[in-house]
Amino acid sequence: MDQIKLSAHSLNLYFGEKQILKNINIDFPENQVTSLIGPSGCGKSTLLRCFNRMHDLSSDARIDGAIKLEDLDIYDKKNSVTEIRKRIGMVFQKPNPLPKSIYENMSYALNIHQFPKNEIPKLIESALRESYLWEEVKDELKKPAVKLSGGQQQRLCIARTVVLRPEVILMDEPCSALDPISTRKIEELIISLKKDYTIVIVTHNMQQAQRISDKVAFMYLGELIEFGSCQDVFQNPQNELTKNYVGGHFG
Amino acid sequence: MDVKKRENTDWLLKQLFKGTGMVTIVLLGGIFMMLIYNSIAFFAEVNPIDFFTGYQWDPGSVDRNYSILPLLASTGLVAAGSMLIAVPLGIFTAAFLSEFAPGKLQAVLKPVIEMLAAIPSVAIGFLGIVLVGPGIAKLFGMQNGLNALNGSVLLAVMALPTIITISEDAINAVPKTYREASLALGANKWATLSQVTLPAALPGLIAAVMLGLGRALGETMTVLMATGNASAMPGGFLDSIRTITATIAIEMGEVPYQTTHYFALFAIAAVLFLITLAINFLGEYFANSLRKFQA
Repeated sequence: MDQIKLSAHSLNLYFGEKQILKNINIDFPENQVTSLIGPSGCGKSTLLRCFNRMHDLSSDARIDGAIKLEDLDIYDKKNSVTEIRKRIGMVFQKPNPLPKSIYENMSYALNIHQFPKNEIPKLIESALRESYLWEEVKDELKKPAVKLSGGQQQRLCIARTVVLRPEVILMDEPCSALDPISTRKIEELIISLKKDYTIVIVTHNMQQAQRISDKVAFMYLGELIEFGSCQDVFQNPQNELTKNYVGGHFG
Repeated sequence: MDVKKRENTDWLLKQLFKGTGMVTIVLLGGIFMMLIYNSIAFFAEVNPIDFFTGYQWDPGSVDRNYSILPLLASTGLVAAGSMLIAVPLGIFTAAFLSEFAPGKLQAVLKPVIEMLAAIPSVAIGFLGIVLVGPGIAKLFGMQNGLNALNGSVLLAVMALPTIITISEDAINAVPKTYREASLALGANKWATLSQVTLPAALPGLIAAVMLGLGRALGETMTVLMATGNASAMPGGFLDSIRTITATIAIEMGEVPYQTTHYFALFAIAAVLFLITLAINFLGEYFANSLRKFQA
C-alpha cells in the first residue's frame, strides 16, 4: 500500500455562484508523479491551486471540504499559509523568475524563511545541481534571470522551489511554454525528483503524462472521473469519457 | 461622385484635427516665447548674476533688489516639505489599495481620493488659515502658524491624489506572476510587496513623485494664503515664506506696465516654468520606461 502524502476530501470550489470543482476525493501517494489530465476548463489547474492555497488571492473563491498534507489540515485557520507553501512548492505554467539575478532568485525564499546565512550558498548550489542547471549558470549567477532561455528559466523556477526542500511540488503545465528539447530536459528532471518529492503535475500533453506519471487522474467539467495507475488509465480506462479522451476523440 | 464627396470629408476632417492638435503646440510655444522675450528685457536692465546670487527680493525699496534666491528657496522648501509628507503617505496608500484593501473598501476609497483633487486650491488655503495654521502655532507655541510647514502640509494634501493614483497604476502594472512566484515560495504579503512588487514598480513610483512635485511647485493660491508672505531668505520650516508663484500673483496686479519690476516677474516665471518643465519631462521619462518594461 502506498503512503498517502496529500489528499482532498469532498472538495468543492466556487467562484462566486459558479461551482468549479465538484466533490473531489483524491489521494496522492508519496514519492510518485501524479498527472492531472482533462480538457481545457475541466478544473485541473484550479484543483492544483487548492493545494497551496493560491485561491486565497482571489476574494470570490469559496472552498469547502478538506485538503490534508499527511495529517495537517491545509485550510485550518490555525496553520500558517507561508509554512504550508514552504512545504508544498509550486511551478507555474509560464516560467516566472523574479526580476532579480539568478542567485537572488535562489536566495530569496531562503532568506525569507531565515535559513542560516552561511549555509545558503551551499544549498543553492545543490539545488541547482539537482535541477541540472548548475553547469550552465555557475559562472554567471549575477546575471539577471530573465536573460536565461525559457527552458533554463523554468529549471531555475524548479530549482528555486527545490531549494526549500518541500515535501510536495505542484506543477501547472510546466512545459507548455517550452520547445521539445527543453521539455525533454524538464521531464527527465521531474522523474529524477520523484525519489525525494511527491509531484502533482497538470498537463495537456497525453504523451507527456504517459512518459512521466505513476498515477493519472482524469477530470471533466469539475469532476474527477477516473483515477488510477498510468497503465490502467491509458490502456484500460473504465469510464466511457476517459476512453474517449485518452483515445483522442475530444479534448 | 459620391466617393469623391466622402474623400473630401475625410480630407477636411483630417485638416481640422490637425489644426486642433497644432493649437496646443502653438499655445505652449507662445507662452514660452512671451516669458523669454520679457525675461530678456529684464536681463538687459539687471545683471543675471545679481538675479541668481543676491539675497533680497525687494522691488519696492530704494535699492530695488531683484533676487530670485529667497523666492526660489521658499518654493523649494515648501515643495520639498510637501514631498516628505506626501511621498511615504501616497505610496503606502497606493500599496494598501492595490495589495491589501478588500474590494468594497477599494471601491469607496478610490473615488474619494480622486475627489480630493477636485477641491479648489482656495478652499485648501482657507483650511490652512483657519485650521492647520492655528494648529501648528499651538503645537510650536508661536504667534501664528502661517509658515512653510503649513504650506507643506497643504501642498501634500493637494499632491496626494496624483501620487496615489499614478503609484497605484504602477503597482497594478507589475505582472501578477511576480507576486504568485513570491507567494508560492512562502513569502508573506509584506515581503512580496517590499522585495518584489515595489522594486519592480519603481520607475512608475518615481514618475508619480515627479508629477506630484510638479503640482506642488506650480501651486499658487494655497501657498499665497497660508505661508505668511515674507519674501526673505527662509531659515527653516517654521519661517514665513513667499514662493515664486505667490510673488507673481501678488505683485503682477499692481506693477506698472513694462517697468523693470514688471519684466522681473516674467523672469521669475520663466525660471519656474523651466523647473516644472524639467520635472514633468523626468516624470514622463520614468512613466515611459515603466511602459517599456511591461511590454
